[in-house]
Amino acid sequence: MTFSKKWSAPFIVFVIAGTVIPILSIAYYGFTARGGGITLDNITAMFSANHMQALGLSLLLALVSTLVCLIVAFPMAIVLRDSKFGKQGFTIFVLILPMWMNFLLRTMAWQVLLERAGVINGILQALGLPRQEMMNTPGAVVLGMVYDFLPFMILPIYNAVMKIDSHLIEAAYDLGAGKAYMYRKVILPLCVPGIVSGITMVFIPALTTFVISNMLGGGKVNLIGNIIEQEFTVNSNWYLGSGLSLVMMVFIIISMVLLEKFDKTGEGTFI
Amino acid sequence: MKKIKWVLAAVAVLGMMLCTGCRSGENGEIYVYSYGDYFDQEAIADFEDETGIRVIQDTYDTAEEMYPVIEKGTADYDVIITSDYMIEKMIHHKMLLEVDKKNLPALKNIDSRYMKKSESFDPGNRYSVPYMVGVSGIIYNKKMVGDVKIDSWGDLWNPKFKDSIVMPDSVRDDFMIALRLLGYDQNTSNEKEIKAAAELLKKQKPLVYKYANDSARDLLADGSAAIGVVWNGEYIYTKDLNPDVEFVIPKEGTEFFVDSWAIPKTSKNKANAEKFINYMCKAKVAKKNFDYLYYTTPNEAAMKLIEKKYRKEEAIFPTDETLDMCDTLKTLDTKTTDLYSKYWKEVKAK
Repeated sequence: MTFSKKWSAPFIVFVIAGTVIPILSIAYYGFTARGGGITLDNITAMFSANHMQALGLSLLLALVSTLVCLIVAFPMAIVLRDSKFGKQGFTIFVLILPMWMNFLLRTMAWQVLLERAGVINGILQALGLPRQEMMNTPGAVVLGMVYDFLPFMILPIYNAVMKIDSHLIEAAYDLGAGKAYMYRKVILPLCVPGIVSGITMVFIPALTTFVISNMLGGGKVNLIGNIIEQEFTVNSNWYLGSGLSLVMMVFIIISMVLLEKFDKTGEGTFI
Repeated sequence: MKKIKWVLAAVAVLGMMLCTGCRSGENGEIYVYSYGDYFDQEAIADFEDETGIRVIQDTYDTAEEMYPVIEKGTADYDVIITSDYMIEKMIHHKMLLEVDKKNLPALKNIDSRYMKKSESFDPGNRYSVPYMVGVSGIIYNKKMVGDVKIDSWGDLWNPKFKDSIVMPDSVRDDFMIALRLLGYDQNTSNEKEIKAAAELLKKQKPLVYKYANDSARDLLADGSAAIGVVWNGEYIYTKDLNPDVEFVIPKEGTEFFVDSWAIPKTSKNKANAEKFINYMCKAKVAKKNFDYLYYTTPNEAAMKLIEKKYRKEEAIFPTDETLDMCDTLKTLDTKTTDLYSKYWKEVKAK
């Protein structure tokens, strides 16, 4: 036994206890009927109208927040590349700083800000402006998702952008490319791997979240995550909850495979 | 082969680490499992001083969360406090020990009305001792509702209060309201009735500002909402923050809960557990806990010690007539639970 193998034991234990056993138990519950016996009902339950509607809403909100994150993060990464602060890593440090705080607390902070008698309305009122009524709407949930997950989009894109060799950009200009053409043909393709991992890291947690919709949706924005959570906690139906979770896992695997394909073609063509 | 040994060793270490948290099992200790922040810590400290028994407390958020912990024996608690329907379920599954009334001289302090109410889930009062009672009702801001007289669950459907209504975020509590309004039993298992209640709740949804469990009182207190549903124990707290707030128990009747002490079968120290329960039934201690929680105390002897301004408050100490209109939520069979859950999802999806 080599030295490195010896030290891998704790990690094997971790993987078994932290990944294999939980997934197996979810699979066990997912394929078991409440009264005992094997069944597919918990899996097919996903296709009932209520669950499909929640899944549709989850997909929509996750897509919107991923898109917003992308629109905000990409130009930000470009700006950071060119700025003096960006190179020193100070700006990125400031952006990452809130991540050191628990995301539940950050979401709760939005509650305090957005509530009807909250901080934002207090300021608006003091300025004589009309109140905002964003709390407990899908918009507030998207806002929460964007705020919580934005660093996960910025970091990988920032890394990809910072790694671009400036000689490539100079070469593009030398060969007669305009600024827009250069961004489209040099910067963007080289960022694809970063963009793809950013999208994965934002889309998946946004798709499955139930905390953000609970805290900012006022119980009126029912996402698939909320339904699964309710099955486990309130209805004590671990079987249905596990079945739905399994379907969600398949969804996530599919989206990861799709994104990875994108990533590879990007790398293959341009590097 | 060697590899396996390493894995086993790691598992063993992990196991030991987990088990040190289990319990020590010495004499003179008692493990209490309760809802969070549910008694005055001073009362616990006094108990420790008086008896020399060390109290180790753990808390949980919902009875559903507590149940598997006791059922699977993850930890052995000596005393638990939980709600009526859960007591019934635990009695049914033989998870509780009978309380020896000989060891509870202070039990005489408990109001016989509440002992009788408790018999609906614990016949003969053999397994549980009532600790706190709560009645659900409507809390409203009298300035914001204007000249509308609030006395019915139907007021939560008044379009005048659009975006100012706070409803509970809980299947059974919301269905209780709709079922009562329709004149049905709040514990019905009749699908037609459940469906009708769901339709009613769907109609209400566009008017609701928020479905929330704990923040109703806060939204009422800061004037963000005009009307909401809370337990009567929240009333004094909210009124202290906002004097415009009033509480009413609707004329259609309502749900109430009885949270009681019980001793799980896994208890290692029944004698100490009974000493603890007896202590909590003492008038002075019950008064202390009342002043901490402002829920209805079923302790008659404590009533005499409680300040008059609270004693007069019908919201906190409901009359016999009101109590007669109240019913606890019963545990439903899984088929009915699934029905409620199905229709609740429809309400939520709207």
